[in-house]
Amino acid sequence: MAKPKVGYSRRSLLKAGGAALAASTLPAPMLWAQETKDIVLRQFGTGVSNLNDVANKVKEDLGFTLEMTALDSDSVTQRAATQPDSFDIADIEYWICKKVWPTGNLQAMDVSRIANYDKIVGIFKSGKLTPDSEIAQGTAPHTVGFIPEPGARSFADSETNWMTLIPTIYNADTLGIRPDLIGRPIESWAELLNPEFQGKASILDISSIGIMDMAMVCEAMGEIQYGDKGNMTRDEIDATMAIFTEAKRNGQFRAFWKTFDESVNLMASGEVVIQSMWSPAITAVKSRGIPCVYQPLKEGYRSWGGGIGLSNALSGMELDAAYDYINWYLSGWVGGYLMRQGYYSAVPETSKDFMTENEWGYWFEGKAATDIITSPTGDKLAEAGEIRDGGSFEERMGAVACWNAVMDENQYMVRKWNEFIAA
Amino acid sequence: MAIRAFANRHVAGWVQAAPLAAVLLGFLIAPIAMIVVVSFWGATEFSIYPAFQFDNYEFLFGSPVTYRVFLATFKYALITWALTLTIGFTVAYFLAFHVRSLTMQVALFLLCTIPFWTSNIIRMISWIPFLGRNGIANQTLISWGVIDEPLEWLLYSDFAVILAFVHLYTLFMVVPIFNTMMRIDRSLLEAARDAGASGFQTLVHVVIPLTKPGIMIGTIFVVTLVMGDFITVRFMSGSQRANVGRLISNDIALLQYPSAAATAVVLLCTVLIVIAILLRFVNIRREL
Repeated sequence: MAKPKVGYSRRSLLKAGGAALAASTLPAPMLWAQETKDIVLRQFGTGVSNLNDVANKVKEDLGFTLEMTALDSDSVTQRAATQPDSFDIADIEYWICKKVWPTGNLQAMDVSRIANYDKIVGIFKSGKLTPDSEIAQGTAPHTVGFIPEPGARSFADSETNWMTLIPTIYNADTLGIRPDLIGRPIESWAELLNPEFQGKASILDISSIGIMDMAMVCEAMGEIQYGDKGNMTRDEIDATMAIFTEAKRNGQFRAFWKTFDESVNLMASGEVVIQSMWSPAITAVKSRGIPCVYQPLKEGYRSWGGGIGLSNALSGMELDAAYDYINWYLSGWVGGYLMRQGYYSAVPETSKDFMTENEWGYWFEGKAATDIITSPTGDKLAEAGEIRDGGSFEERMGAVACWNAVMDENQYMVRKWNEFIAA
Repeated sequence: MAIRAFANRHVAGWVQAAPLAAVLLGFLIAPIAMIVVVSFWGATEFSIYPAFQFDNYEFLFGSPVTYRVFLATFKYALITWALTLTIGFTVAYFLAFHVRSLTMQVALFLLCTIPFWTSNIIRMISWIPFLGRNGIANQTLISWGVIDEPLEWLLYSDFAVILAFVHLYTLFMVVPIFNTMMRIDRSLLEAARDAGASGFQTLVHVVIPLTKPGIMIGTIFVVTLVMGDFITVRFMSGSQRANVGRLISNDIALLQYPSAAATAVVLLCTVLIVIAILLRFVNIRREL
C-alpha cells in the first residue's frame, strides 16, 4: 500500500480551498513511492518546535523521514552559519536569519509553490497584522522575510516571490508573575525593578533576549527613550546596562535563569515572584497547581517568531520533498498542535480544523473555555470558564512593542552583557 | 644490528619514553598550544578567523570586571581552602590517630567517600531545595522559633557557593592528609611525649610538619578545582556571582572563542604561578 507520490493529505487539499486551485498552483512532484520512502530530511532548530510528534506525523502523512535535532539558540546560529552541510532544513528564529542569511547557506523559497501563502498572517508579509496596525521595533519578521531575487545576500524591502523563511510558530512574550504572592495588579514592565520585589525578581541570562526585556523595562520606567530598541546605539546599551547593574548590586534579582526548567523552578518554589518567562513555562508552573499569570502589560509584548529555511545544498527530489513538507506544515495539523500549547500558527485558519471549538475559542479568540483545556500531551491547562492571559490573538499580537532582534552593535552588547553577569 | 642499537642506553631510553611523550604531546601540549594560538585570533558574530592581534587581551586587561572576577575567584579559592583544610585535617587526624583498628579506619574512610558515589552536579543541586526561601533549612529554623523571616542569604549567595565547594572538595583534602599521617612513625609521637611535649605541642611540632606534603597535595587539588570551576558558581549563586570559569563559559556560549581562549590562558598562567609558589614551601616529591 505504498503512496503513489509525496503529497499533501487529501484533507489538507480540501482545506486549502479546493483541489482545482491547488492543482493549478502546485505542480505535484512526480516521485515514486519507493524513493519517497528513502528520503531523509535533516532538520535542526530550537526545542520549541522540534517535536518528535511532528516527525512521526510526517512519516505517516508524507512518507519520508524527518530527523530532528534540538539545540539552544546560540548553537543553532553557529550551526546554520558554519556547517551548511549538516542540515537540510533549518528551523530558526527570524533574528537568527538576519545573522545567517548573509553567509549564503540558505536558499530562498519560491512563494508560488507555497499553497497557503495567501493565508499567512500579515505580520510575516507586510509586517502589519491588520492594515492599520503599527510595525513594532526590532527584527520584525517581514524585514528579513524576503529577498529581491534568488541568490541575493541582502533582504528586500517588501514582499517578493522569494521568501527566506516560511513562518511556522510565533508568540508574544511578557513577564510571568505569582499573583498569590504579589497580591496586587501588575500593569507595567517597570515593576520588574520595583524595590518592592527586591530579591524576588529574575531575568533570563540569554543576551539577545534579555537585552530586549531590559529595554522594555527601562523605557517603561521613563529612564531611556530608545530610537529603536531592536538596534541600540552604544550609549543606549551602556545606559541600559548601568540601570540593571545598579539594580543587581542592590540585590533586586534572586537569580538569573538560562534554561526553561530553571525558570519553572524559580517560579514554582516562590524564590521569584516576577520574572521574564516563556509561555510554556507558565503552563508548567500552573500544571503543578500553583497560580501563575502571563501578565499582559500596558507597554506591550516582546515578540518572537520562527520559521523554516532550506539549506542551499538541497536540490532535486529532496528539495521537492522539502516543499511538500512546508506545505504540509502550513496545512493545519502542526499549527493545531502548536496552538494547543499556546503558540500561534502562521496560518491560523487551517489550524482551526484540527482544534475543537472550545480550544479555538480559548487559545485564539480569547473566549472563556467551555470545557477543560488540555495540552497535546494530555495535561490539564485550564478549567471551564477560564480565559487566556492577554486575550485573543489580535489583542496579543496586536500589542507587540518589539521583536527579538540582533543589533549592529551585537558584539559590543554581548561583552557588556558578560560584564553585567559578572558585576 | 638492532640489538646493538638498543644496547645503546640513550636510544633505549628514548624509545621507552616515547609512548608517554607522544600521549602528553597529543593530549596535553597540543591542546594548550591550540588555545594559546586561538587566543590571538579574531571573531565575528558567527565565526573565528586566524589573525595575530592583541584585541582579546586588550579587552580582558582593560575591563575592571576582569579584575573583580579574578579577585572573586581568589576569594572563593582562599575561603574554600581554609575550610576544607580545617575540616579535612581534623577528619584525617581522627582517622589516623584516634581510630586504632585498621578495619575501623578503612570502614570509616569508605564512609567519607559515600557522597562521591553520585555525580557532583547532583550533590550540588540537592542543596537548592534544602537552602531555598521555603526550603527545609528555613522551615525548620522558623518552626524552632530561631528566626521569624526566612533567611535570604542561604541560597543564591556566596555562602551557598562556598558551602557547595566545601562539600564537594573536602575529601580531596582528607585523602592525601590521611595518607601522610598513616606514614608517620608512631615512635616519634611517643618520643615527643617522653620528652615532655603536651598534646598540642606534639601536634604543632611533630604532626603538622610531617603532614605538610599531604596538606600541600590536598591544597593543590582544592585550589585548582575551585579556580577552574564554573558550574558550581553558576548554580549555587543563581548566576548572580561570577568567577573566571563563568567568564569563559559565557564567552563560549556567545561564540566568542578567541576571547574565551585568552581568558583561559590568563587563568592557566595564574594557577601555574599559584602552584609554583605552593611548591616553594614544601617538597612534595618526598610524598610520591
